[in-house]
Amino acid sequence: MHIPDGYLGPLTSGVMYLAMLPIWAIGSAKVKRDFPTKRVPLLAISAAFSFVIMMFNVPIPGGTTGHAVGSVLAGILLGPWASSIVISVVLIIQALLFGDGGITTMGANCFNMAFVEVFVGYYIYKLISGSSPITSLRRAIAGGIGGYIGLNIASLTAAIQFGIQPILHKTPDGKFLYCPYGLNVAIPAMMLEHLLIFGWLEGIVTFLVIRYLQKREPDILEIRKEIG
Amino acid sequence: MRTITKLWIGIIFLVLISPLGLIIPQYFKAGDAWGEWGIETLEELVGYLPKGLERLANIWSAPLPDYAFKGWEDKPLGYLSLAYVFSGLFGIMVISLVIIFIAKLLNKNESK
Repeated sequence: MHIPDGYLGPLTSGVMYLAMLPIWAIGSAKVKRDFPTKRVPLLAISAAFSFVIMMFNVPIPGGTTGHAVGSVLAGILLGPWASSIVISVVLIIQALLFGDGGITTMGANCFNMAFVEVFVGYYIYKLISGSSPITSLRRAIAGGIGGYIGLNIASLTAAIQFGIQPILHKTPDGKFLYCPYGLNVAIPAMMLEHLLIFGWLEGIVTFLVIRYLQKREPDILEIRKEIG
Repeated sequence: MRTITKLWIGIIFLVLISPLGLIIPQYFKAGDAWGEWGIETLEELVGYLPKGLERLANIWSAPLPDYAFKGWEDKPLGYLSLAYVFSGLFGIMVISLVIIFIAKLLNKNESK
């Protein structure tokens, strides 16, 4: 889901950067408010986890690869606003150092994975967990469902960004300038693999880490409660 | 902060086994993620190279492309795994430093 340079035209790229500006501004304000120096290690470790989990590419035999993102987990641990900053940092470093995702498409990639996925996943988690205790199985399952749906909605927004390119940018001779695949190709291609495989991966990873933290390190989960 | 230390150890462990994310897809002959093809692959798929895409595709040259060292594209999997682990450790270090730096900047006026 890391859209490389060239797949999105300047209009989509520009709009997505603009969309991220207020999110980054609010995110920074929340980090400032809720993450004094003693809580900063939790930001760093959530980022590191998201980064490393994205290195585990999972194949569809003979087809494509994909991976979990860890955005929803970050949302559950840090709250959605701080997570949008943390996951954005991960995506920016991935693009700059490793060429994973583009520079021009960075706004779009951050929008999909550091905003859409984080917020969708987090609010589904919140809705399902209700007021259940911090160590309840229900909360871990809520996290898993949040992960599954969050990643799927993010892949939908990515597919839409891909798919509108042929509508926006066409040469007079009928060739396309950027992503050549329209919505009718991009949406089924992206959605199918995420609904069937990668969404489950994100859900299971989110569930397992929360379950582990509930059993072994519940204080980590309490921090989110203290922040409110 | 003992908990944090334990979690860091877990993350380092994940980095050490991360080459699985390189080796397993290759074993199953799985290609690029959808929409993340290189320009050669895309040209094969579409029959031509979209002009705007061609112009933007190489706008940035990453120092560790695809989590490997430059010019290592054809190295055996063992070398690539090593580069993958190095990239993982280096990436985590840079990301942590950037986040600590941002937090420091935001918390500049924090009274301890």
